[in-house]
Amino acid sequence: MKTDELIELLAHDAAPPRRFRPLFLAAIGGGTAITALSFFVLLGTRPDIAEAWETTRFLFKVVAAIVLAVAAGGLALAYGQPGVFSNRWRWLLLAVPVALFAAVFIELVTLPEKTWAVRAIGQNARHCMVLIPLLSIAPFVCAFYAMRHSAPENPGVAGATAGLAAGAIGAAFYALNCPDDSPLFVAIWYTIAIAAVSGAGYLLGRRLLRW
Amino acid sequence: MSLREEQLAGLMRAAMSGDAGAYRQFLFDVTPHLRSIARNRCRAWGVAEAETEDIVQEVLLAVHLKRGTWDQSRPIGPWLAAITRNKLIDMIRRNGRHVAIPIEDVMATLQAEEPASWLPKHELENMLKRLRNKQQEIVRAISVEGISVRETAARLNMTEGAVRVSLHRALQMLAALYGSKTQ
Repeated sequence: MKTDELIELLAHDAAPPRRFRPLFLAAIGGGTAITALSFFVLLGTRPDIAEAWETTRFLFKVVAAIVLAVAAGGLALAYGQPGVFSNRWRWLLLAVPVALFAAVFIELVTLPEKTWAVRAIGQNARHCMVLIPLLSIAPFVCAFYAMRHSAPENPGVAGATAGLAAGAIGAAFYALNCPDDSPLFVAIWYTIAIAAVSGAGYLLGRRLLRW
Repeated sequence: MSLREEQLAGLMRAAMSGDAGAYRQFLFDVTPHLRSIARNRCRAWGVAEAETEDIVQEVLLAVHLKRGTWDQSRPIGPWLAAITRNKLIDMIRRNGRHVAIPIEDVMATLQAEEPASWLPKHELENMLKRLRNKQQEIVRAISVEGISVRETAARLNMTEGAVRVSLHRALQMLAALYGSKTQ
């Protein structure tokens, strides 16, 4: 087929396409809304949430998850658009593990050694590792649907980033229910759960996000 | 590139608002630039120049299918360069080489003019044969024979909407076929 003929073909498929950026933002918003609904209906916040809001540890884990979600979401959005560079989001993303590391350090320094293991293991590691992925399903599916309309240079990395955002959204809600606030617990179990969702994103991204 | 880039951006903006004529103009105007990049890179990496037009076609198809990823508040040059670069990398992977292509190279050659037109190898032809019969008929009617969607619909006893949908799916299928070759 000559190139002119191909152009003719393309010119006949001229209906305005779905724009990726609004689609992605709507998808993340919709997925988050579904998670919020499921969370409040099926799980609910922990009983002492009013007191928890006033503690630094609780606020830290919620804010960290939200910042992670925003940074990963912004990065995924940038990855999906050819020619857009994403340093701002990378730095914000990096800030989260750095802050977590600092929080862990402070925790270890301020607490007696014999409490470390108890706080790290926590009461509900299993819940954490099951519920965070479950709560991240809706944003994950929605984000992937939107990413299918994008053009990432590295489909696996783009999928992992979208998965990271979804995992962080799940974690932000889970944090409202979870009784374990210690940064030691968060650094271990939340990280594992979110990394698992991100890993799934990488594997699916390699298959589904090629263009 | 900046005047040309602005012209292309203006055409694409109009196209995204539904101006089909502007979109056709965009495709015709952008092709020589894509061609000059492809030719330059083929020369640089010792890839046969017969591949050039096939690359141009692959990039055009990608630009078409992914035009929703262009942020209209940004310049269109980097967007075009990034898509071209990605497809070049795909092509080189197909040929079993690993090359790093700095985006500055690609952007610089976007400036050049390229008058001549080369004949493609027949990659697209071969892939067309793998489409469904109806899709092939629609594709040939519109591209080779140059008849309109309405006439195509009348000939094949379909609605115009159905023809458009079938055309769009055929294009997506072609892109997927390119992609599976890169496996």
